[in-house]
Formats: sequence, structure tokens, C-alpha cells
Amino acid sequence: MRQNKTMELMVGLFVAGGAAALFVLAMQVSNLSQLNHGDTYRVSAQFENVGGLKVRSPVKVSGVRVGRVSAIDYDIDRYQAVVEMQLEKKYDKFPEDTSASIFTAGLLGEQYIALEPGGAEDYLKDGSQIEITQSALVLEQLVGKFLFNKAAGSK
Amino acid sequence: MQRTPIREPGTTDMDAAQPNTETGDDILVRIRDMHFSRGERRIFDGVDLDIRRGKVTAIMGPSGTGKTTLLRLIGGQLAPDRGSVRVDGLEVPRLGRAELYRLRRRMGMLFQSGALLTDLNVFDNVAFPLREHTDLPEAMIRDLVLIKLQAVGLRGARDLSPAELSGGMARRVAMARAIALDPMMIMYDEPFTGQDPISMGALVTLIRRLNDALGLTSIIVSHDVQETASISDHVYVISEGRVVAGGTPDEIERSDSAWVQQFMRGLPDGPVPFHYPAPDYRQDLLDGAQEPRP
Amino acid sequence: MIDWLRSLGRDGIAVFEKIGRGNLFLLRTLAGLPEVLGRPRLLLAQLYSVGVLSLLIILVSGLFVGMVLGLQGYNTLVQFKAEESLGVVVSLSLVRELGPVVTALLFAGRAGSALTAEIGLMKATEQLSGMEMMAVDPIHRVVAPRFLAGVLSMPLLAAIFSAVGVYGGWFVGVGLLGVDDGAYWSQMQAKVDLYDDIWNGVIKSMVFGLVVTWIAVFEGYDAVPTSEGVGRATTRTVVHGALAVLGLDFILTALMFGD
Repeated sequence: MRQNKTMELMVGLFVAGGAAALFVLAMQVSNLSQLNHGDTYRVSAQFENVGGLKVRSPVKVSGVRVGRVSAIDYDIDRYQAVVEMQLEKKYDKFPEDTSASIFTAGLLGEQYIALEPGGAEDYLKDGSQIEITQSALVLEQLVGKFLFNKAAGSK
Repeated sequence: MQRTPIREPGTTDMDAAQPNTETGDDILVRIRDMHFSRGERRIFDGVDLDIRRGKVTAIMGPSGTGKTTLLRLIGGQLAPDRGSVRVDGLEVPRLGRAELYRLRRRMGMLFQSGALLTDLNVFDNVAFPLREHTDLPEAMIRDLVLIKLQAVGLRGARDLSPAELSGGMARRVAMARAIALDPMMIMYDEPFTGQDPISMGALVTLIRRLNDALGLTSIIVSHDVQETASISDHVYVISEGRVVAGGTPDEIERSDSAWVQQFMRGLPDGPVPFHYPAPDYRQDLLDGAQEPRP
Repeated sequence: MIDWLRSLGRDGIAVFEKIGRGNLFLLRTLAGLPEVLGRPRLLLAQLYSVGVLSLLIILVSGLFVGMVLGLQGYNTLVQFKAEESLGVVVSLSLVRELGPVVTALLFAGRAGSALTAEIGLMKATEQLSGMEMMAVDPIHRVVAPRFLAGVLSMPLLAAIFSAVGVYGGWFVGVGLLGVDDGAYWSQMQAKVDLYDDIWNGVIKSMVFGLVVTWIAVFEGYDAVPTSEGVGRATTRTVVHGALAVLGLDFILTALMFGD
């Protein structure tokens, strides 16, 4: 019976340890801790081209992460991509005429949305839309344009 | 698995407690024209056998004649190719799983090695069938186990593990386990093989005593002629897939078959030749001498 | 030539027969699971011998694998001035691949071989036959609890392996090589996704647990009941278990992370 008690204890420790490891993986290693980091509010923006932007890509202002992309969809009426982002509640004083651009971190890094605050009196709130947007730079288009201009200029 | 409450502990005479479905029949196991082969090899070729209730029946024969196989056929672990194996009025090969398991609870089987569960001690081994098949309180299981262990003289060994037991003790524990559920029948597979004279004597008397005290029916498969014959009421001798002789030990002893005589007396030569079939001895040696040595 | 073809045919039939037996065996084992759940003591004992006794090798291996990943990852990343991504490299390698796979391989060697040997010896010493004659189904009583314990233990062991490995990588990267502590964790948290990476890793280890334990208990139950037969069956458990894990890993990876 004494032996049984030790065994029970060890099995209990094993299961608890396994559960703790899963918890560590979820909270410490993965992005779960960032998913519901306090309350957020939703704003949307329309882009000609979102490039390599993905759901969960960061939204940054002055290089500081303030939210993330929550959905990317296509508006068939306006032929534009619609990007929804969740911004943290504590950053709730962005002017209405804030602009959004899609940038790339480094030359080949991941893409993110950079917000540039404007000067309007009213603030963005839940459900607002960012009107001024700048699409992602697509490397092939840039190179193509560059070559085209070169060719046109050398004529 | 369904659990049924155990029969009243203390009712030892199971024959009386079990309804006899073949009315007026004192034959518990009836085998008729039974054929069985394993792969290409024919093991039984038309065996007829009757085991009487309350008696100790011995089945003897040389090694490799499928005596153990016969027990497995009776226990339903194997099915015959043809013929009938009836135990207590039930046709064993045709039983469904649940019925077969219900029948097996009424039979005990003692394997050559004892087949004790090595991760349980002696007490838990004997308690195993009780715990698996009944919902008895632990206190009652303890009493029952101690009664069974007392019957085989090993009450003091209850805390030993199977690895600490001698071969004879392991078999006695296995006997205690086989009678744990108060079966109607016990089958012994080579119970005396490899035993020293003392434990052999203990096993021999134990088999007979348990049979009479508990009102069991016992089947002993063995090639230890003298010991087995000394406690049997009835003996069958099997050879080459057939029953070659049957009767009381005395009748078998006086059999006029040369083969049975050779087997019962353990003569080295006779109808069963000492030599495995081989070419002529002189010729064989001469052939070897003419071949160049490698 | 004819003989050769015939033996090829015979072997082929034997393989298919074995697969068929294995599948029937799995069905009978699964049928025994409700009974095991009704008797948690049986499961507890097996969780101990399958899970707890594998814990030490998993902890040590996880720690060292994590430390090696930290070292190797640092040496490569530092050339691109990207050593801050060390946490990402270590954690993704662990939770997606090495955690489930290495745990399954170690499990096949440690617990799988023990399961095969145990069940095979029970068969060789007629314990399984003995149970059958006592009207106890050995698949329900012996195999099913071991099977369930293996399936339950594997994801836990893999999670422990990965978690310990992440800290092993952290110890080497942050503690010894001077990667920034904040960068190690924050980059990791930014890139490792709960569903895509961790949950898929857990699914992988569940599949591996099922397959490796299945192979182990089946090889034991199907072993030729002699010392040699049990020895061979044990070897087969380790070899087939490892091959199955690696093959399935490719398929699962293609399905999960393919696009």
C-alpha cells in the first residue's frame, strides 16, 4: 500500500508536470499571451495591394507595436483589399486622419502596418475607417518601373 | 465485462449447485470423433473420450501427442476441425464469447509453468479471479484467499512474489487460484514435470484431496505414469491422435497391448523403437569412411 | 527463380496477414478502453511504468537538445546579425519537430521495448493463456491499460521535452552567449503561434503516441512465445516504431505546415 501511495504521487507529479509544460508552451513560448492583451478596438483600412501582409501581422506606430491585423478580406465592389486591425485600448487617441502604410521590416523581412498620426481633432474609435493608405511595395513592380524608366530615359 | 456476484462461499459441492443439462448423465466432458490438425500435422484423428463427474481422469501419452492441445480444446482456446466437444452439455466450439467466458469461470486450468502473474504477489494472484469476476468486499476476498491458500498449505507464503517460489510451490499457488471461484472442474497440464520427490508427493496427494473435498472433476494430463495412475479413477492413453486404451489404472496395467505395456512400464525398446529411423548402422559407418575428410 | 517468386509471395501474404491481425488487435484494444476507464487503478500503474519512468530520459534529452539548438542556432544567426531570433529558431524547431519526434523515438526505445518485452514474456510464460482460461480477456486486462497509458503519456512527455528544451536554449543563448533576454522571449512570442505551431505539435505527438504504443503492444502480443521470439519482437518494436514515427512525421508536416 505504501508503494501504491508513492506511485500515485509520482503519476500525479508526471501529469501535473506535463500540464505545466503545455501551459508554459502556451503562455511563455507562443503568442497566446499577446492575443487578448487587454481590451482592443477595431479599425479598418482599404489598400490597393497588401503584399505579404498576414493575419496577426503587427501594427506599429513609430516602431512601437500597438496592435495586430485581425482579418484581411477583399471588397469586390471597390476592388480593394480590406484590412481589419485590433488596436489596444490604451492607444485610443489616434487622430481621425491617421494614415496607414504597409512596410517591410528589413529588405526581406515580414510586412507590417505602420500608422502615421495626422492632425485632426477627432480620434479613431471602434469601427472607424482609416482613409489615407499606402499600399505595400511590391519588389517586382519597383524593379519593373525602374527598368522601364531607364529604357524610356535612354532613348 | 459483466460481473456476477460469486456463488455463496462455502458451497463446495459445485456439482450439486450446477444444473445438469444432460439429465441423468454423469459425464461432464464428452468428446466424440474429434479431429484437429495444426498446419499440415494431424494431431487428433477421431478421439472419443468421456470424463466422469467427481472423478480424477488421467490422460497419458508420449510427449508431443497433443495432450496439452486436448485441454485447450476442452477449454475452448482452440476449436476442433471436426467432431464434438461437450462440456456440461454445452458444445464448446459453438459457444459465443460471453457464453464461453461464463463456462470458463466454472473450470480451472493449471498450466505447466503455473502461469502466475509475475507482477502480483501470491496473495494477489489468488485474489485475481475473485477481483476480476466479483464485487466482493476486500475483507471477504482476504478470507477466501486465505482459505484457498490454507488448502494448498501456502498461507504463510502470501507475501512472496512468484519469482521467490519453487516450481512446486508455484503450482500449488496456481491450484489455489484455480479453485478460487469454486469451479466444477480443474484441468492439470503436466503437474508433476520436473518436481523433486517431496513436492511431487505433495502435489499428488493435493490433487486427489482437492478433488474429493471440493467435489471437483479433475483431468490430469501427464506422462508420469506411476504418480498419475496412483490417484486416477480412470485412465486414457493417447498415441498418434487416437485413444489407444481406456479403463481403470488396473485394467490399463494389465492391458495386452504391447505398446501400452511399453509405455506404462517405461521400457526403452518395444513397439516404439529406441532408434530414430536410420539407414543400416554398419553401412552408415562404412559410407563415412569412404568420403574424403573436409 | 520460381522459388524466389514463391517466397516473395509468401512473405507478402505474411505481411498483409500481420497488418490485418494488427488492425483487428487495435479494434479489440479500443473495445477494451471503456473497461479501463472504469478501473483507474490499472491505468495508474501503467502511467507510472510508461510515463513516469520515461521522464528522466526525456528531461535530460530535452535539456541537451535545447542547448545544442541554442549553440548551433546562435553560430548561424550571428553571421546574419540575427541572433535575436534565436528564441524563434529554438522554440519552433522544438515544438514543431524535435519535441514530438525525438520524444517518440526515445519513447519507442524506452517504454515501447519494455511494453513489448513485458507482454511477450507474459505470453511466453502462459500468463495470457492463463488469464483467458480464468475468463479474463488479456486484451482488456493487460493490453488496453498499457495502450491508453502510452497514448496519454506521449503528448505530456513531448510537451515537457519542448518546454525544457526552450529553457536549455535560453540558458546557452542568453546565459552563456549574451543574447538579449527580452529579445529571446519576445521574438519567440511574436512568431510562435498557439494553434499553428503548438497545437499541431501536440497533435503530432498524440498520433505518434498512438502508433508507437500500438506497435509495441501488438508486437508483444503477436510475439513468438520463446525468449528468441520476444527478443526479436522487441527489436521490431524499436525499428518499426522509429520508422513509423519518421514516415508519419513527414506526412503530418506536409499536411500541417505544407502551405
